Amino acid sequence: MLLPPELSVSLRVERPLLPVRPRTPPRAPFCFSPSRLRFHRQHEFFEDGDIHRHLYLQDILTNVTEVTERSKVSEFCCHIVGCCQVFDTLEGYEHHYNTLHRNMCSFCKRSFPSVHLLDTHILEWHDSLFQIMAEKQNMYQCLVEGCAEKFKSSKDRKDHLVKVHLYPSDFRFDKPKKAKSSTKHNKPPSKLDVSMPMDVNVETYEQSQADSMEICPSESVENPTQPMSGPISSLQEKKLYKSRSVFPLCKLLLQGSGLHMCWSST
Amino acid sequence: MQASPRPLGPPHSLLGTPLTDTPGTPSYPLTDSFPTLPGPPSTRAPISTEPGTLGLLRTLRPGPPVDAAPWRLGPGSRKCAVPCRHLPRWSRRRLLPSASAAIGMWSRRSCRYRPDASGLEELRARRREQESALRKARRQQQLVSKRLLREDSLVNGDGQAGVEIAVEPLSDQEILQLLRDVQRGTEERKKLLSRLRQGLQHKETQQKFVRLEGSMRVLIGLFTSSLANVQMEAARCLHELSHSCDPAVAEACLPATSYLLTYLSGHSVEFTELCLYTLGNLAVESDAVRKQLLPQGIIPALASCIQSPHVAVLEGLGYVLSQLLQAREAPTKIIPLVLDSVLPQHMLQLVSSNLELGMGVAVEFAWCLHYIVCSHVNNTLLISQGIVSTLVLLLLELASVMSKAATEGLELLICPVLRCLSNLLAEDETEGCKVQIQDERLLVALFLFMQYFLQQHPFLVQECLWLLNNLTADEPIFCSAVLTMDLLPALLQLLSCSRMVTLLALTVLCNIAEKGPAYCYQLHQKAVLPSLLSTLALSDAQVVGQSLELLHLLFLHLPEAADDFLSQAGLQALEQHQDNPQLQERVRALSETYLQPAAASLISCASASAAVLPSS
Repeated sequence: MLLPPELSVSLRVERPLLPVRPRTPPRAPFCFSPSRLRFHRQHEFFEDGDIHRHLYLQDILTNVTEVTERSKVSEFCCHIVGCCQVFDTLEGYEHHYNTLHRNMCSFCKRSFPSVHLLDTHILEWHDSLFQIMAEKQNMYQCLVEGCAEKFKSSKDRKDHLVKVHLYPSDFRFDKPKKAKSSTKHNKPPSKLDVSMPMDVNVETYEQSQADSMEICPSESVENPTQPMSGPISSLQEKKLYKSRSVFPLCKLLLQGSGLHMCWSST
Repeated sequence: MQASPRPLGPPHSLLGTPLTDTPGTPSYPLTDSFPTLPGPPSTRAPISTEPGTLGLLRTLRPGPPVDAAPWRLGPGSRKCAVPCRHLPRWSRRRLLPSASAAIGMWSRRSCRYRPDASGLEELRARRREQESALRKARRQQQLVSKRLLREDSLVNGDGQAGVEIAVEPLSDQEILQLLRDVQRGTEERKKLLSRLRQGLQHKETQQKFVRLEGSMRVLIGLFTSSLANVQMEAARCLHELSHSCDPAVAEACLPATSYLLTYLSGHSVEFTELCLYTLGNLAVESDAVRKQLLPQGIIPALASCIQSPHVAVLEGLGYVLSQLLQAREAPTKIIPLVLDSVLPQHMLQLVSSNLELGMGVAVEFAWCLHYIVCSHVNNTLLISQGIVSTLVLLLLELASVMSKAATEGLELLICPVLRCLSNLLAEDETEGCKVQIQDERLLVALFLFMQYFLQQHPFLVQECLWLLNNLTADEPIFCSAVLTMDLLPALLQLLSCSRMVTLLALTVLCNIAEKGPAYCYQLHQKAVLPSLLSTLALSDAQVVGQSLELLHLLFLHLPEAADDFLSQAGLQALEQHQDNPQLQERVRALSETYLQPAAASLISCASASAAVLPSS
C-alpha cells in the first residue's frame, strides 16, 4: 500500500481542519447520505473473520514449532508434616497441595476444594454459636456462589440445590453432619461397585468417613512425631503451624493398623 | 531421605520475599518481577515526539497503581470460632505466567508436529476442508468449535502429521477391567487412568464408555477424589469426553458440571485450566447443557475465577465465556447476566493487558466483547465503563507493536476490537449517548493495519474500512485527516481489491466528498477521478452505483471536476451503464445536470476562442 513515508512524523497535535459545509439532504435520484453502519451478530460481513477465529480454536491455524517440554525436577517430598507424597513436577506438587493441604479444616482435618466450602464447613460443623442461632433463623447458606439464599436446615438447603440449581442429589461437598460410622467396604467388587463411596483413597479408615465432606484420617494426632524432611526456614515453619495443615501421621497410623501405604506419585 | 528443595509450597501463592535457590531447583518466577498491568487508560494521552518510527502511536499511560495489599497467604488460621471474612483472593492484578506446563493455549497454538513436504500439503488440504465445513456451518448458524488440551507426550515421535492417536481403542471388557482395577487400587491408579484416557481419544471408546452402566459415576468419583494425581487423570478423561463430536458422549458428562464449577475456585493452575476447557466444550454442546450450567451458577463462578492472576486460567476462562456468548439464546439469557456481574470491567482490563504475556487472554476476551457488543443488549453500560477509549488505545498500541516484531496472530485480536468499535460508533442515539472518537492516531493505526494485512489476511481490510466509514461519516476531523495526512493514495489503491473492499472504500470517499467543496477540491487535486473511471468499468451494479454517487458529490461541490471528467472520456464510461435499470436514472441525471452543460460550455468556449484567433 502506498503510505507516505515517515507517516508518523507528519502527525501533529493539532491539524488544521478543512471547513465543513452544513449537511444537506441528497438530491434525487441520488440517495447517498453518510451513515454509520451497524452489523448484527449473524451478518455475513463477519463470515471471514469468524472462520478465522474458529480455525484458531480448532488449532489448525499456524505453522510448526517445537513444543516445550514439561520441566521435571529431581524428586522431592511434600513438606507438610506427615505427608510423604513424592513429586517430580511442580504442577504435580501444586495440585496435591491445593487438593489436600490448602483448605484444610483444623478441627477435623478434612480438605475442601475451596475456601468458600471450607468456611461453610467450619461454620456449620464446628461453631457452637451457629447451632444456637440456627434454631432461631435461617443459617444454612446456599453453596452456589452468587446465590444469597439461606435455609433452616441442611436438608432444606440440599433440596434447594437440587431443585433450583440442578445439582446432583449426592453432591459430594454437601454431606450433612452425622455421627461417625465405622462401616467397612471390604467386599471385592464383582462388577463395578457403584455403591462404593466416591472417594477412592485409602481403603479402611477412609471408608469410615464416608459421610464426610472430604477426606482425612479422622483420628487426630496432637503432635507430629516424625521429623520434618528437608530444611525448613523459620518463616515456613511458622506458617506451617499457623496454617491448619498439620497433618496427622498417616504413616504412623498405617503402620499401627498393619497396612503398608505410602502415597507415592510414581 | 531425599534432599528436598526449599519448601516453597505452591508457586506464586505464598510469600513475596524471594528465597534463595538451592541447586537443582527451578527458580520460581517471583511476584516482584512480574509484568504489571497498565493503569486505566486516559481518554487522550499526550503524544510523544519520537521521530522516525511509530513512537507517536505509543501512548504515555499513567503507571500502574501502587498496591500495598500483600499477597494472600496460603491456608490462613482456621482456629477461630467465627470464620474470618475472605480476603480478596488475589489482591493484586498481575498476569502471571503459569507453572511451566500450563502456559495457556496461545503459547501452544502451533501444530505439535513437524511435518515433511507431503505432510505439509496434507495439512493444507485438511485446513481447506475444515474451512469450507466451517463456512457451511456458519451459514446455517451452527458454527461451533471445541478446544482440546492434550498432553504433548502423546505426539508420535517422528513427527508424522495427522497421526495424533498413538494407542488403540479399548473394548468394553478392557474399560471395565480398567475401572475395576482403579477402584481396587491393585495397580498404580495413575497409569490405569492414563491408559483409559488414551483410549478415550477414540470415538468408539468414548461411546462404549458412556454406555457402560456406572462408568460415569466411577469417573466422577475419581474426579472428586483427594488423590491429586488420580483427580488430574480423571479430569483429563473427562476432558476427552467433553471434546467428543458425538453429542451423546458430551451430554453424558453433565453430572460432572457441578463439580467442574466447584473446582473453578481452586488454586491449581493446570487443573483449573482443564476444568475450564472442559466446561467450554460442554457449553457449546447443546441448549440442554447450558440450561443446566446457568442455574448452577456458571456466571458467578466465572466472575470469581476472573480474578486469578494466571494466564492459563484466564485464557481458559475467556474461552468458556466466548462459547457461552455465542449461544443462540445468549442475547436474552446469558448476556444480561454477564453485564450484571463484574465480568465486563475485568474483561476490559484484560483485553488491554500486557500483550507479551497476555496475548491469548486478550484475544479471548476481545471476542467475548465482540459477541456482547454485536448483540446490542446494553452497550450503554459498556460505554459508561470506558470501553471506547480502552479499545482505541489498544489499537494504537497494537499498531506500534506490529511494525517491530512480526507477532503472528495479531489479526485474531485486532479483528474483534475493530468490530466492537464500529458497532459502538453505530449505537443508536436514542438508546444512549452518541459515541464520538476524535483521536486521529486511530486513522494512522487503521492504515497501518490495512497495509500489513492486505496480502495475508484480506478480511481484516474490510473490517478496517468499516470502522473508517463509521469514523468519517459524521466527523469532519477524520475526513480532513485522510486528506492532509496524504492517505488518499492508499485509499485509492484499495479500489482495485475485492468487491466489499471497493464498495467500502467508495463509501468512505463519499463521506469525505459530502463534507463540502474544500474536501472535493482536495480529492480532485489528488487524482480521485482516474480511479473512479476504473471503477466505472466494473460490472457490479452496486459498486458502479456508489461511484456515481461520488461523482455527483464531486460535481455538485466542484464544477470544474465535471470538465476534467469529460476530458478523460468520462461520458463514454458512463454510457456503458445507461441501460442498467439500477443505474440509468443516475447516469442520466449526471449527464444532464453536469456533463452536458459542461460539454456545451466547453464547445462555446472553444468556439469563442476560435473566434478571437486570427484566422489563418
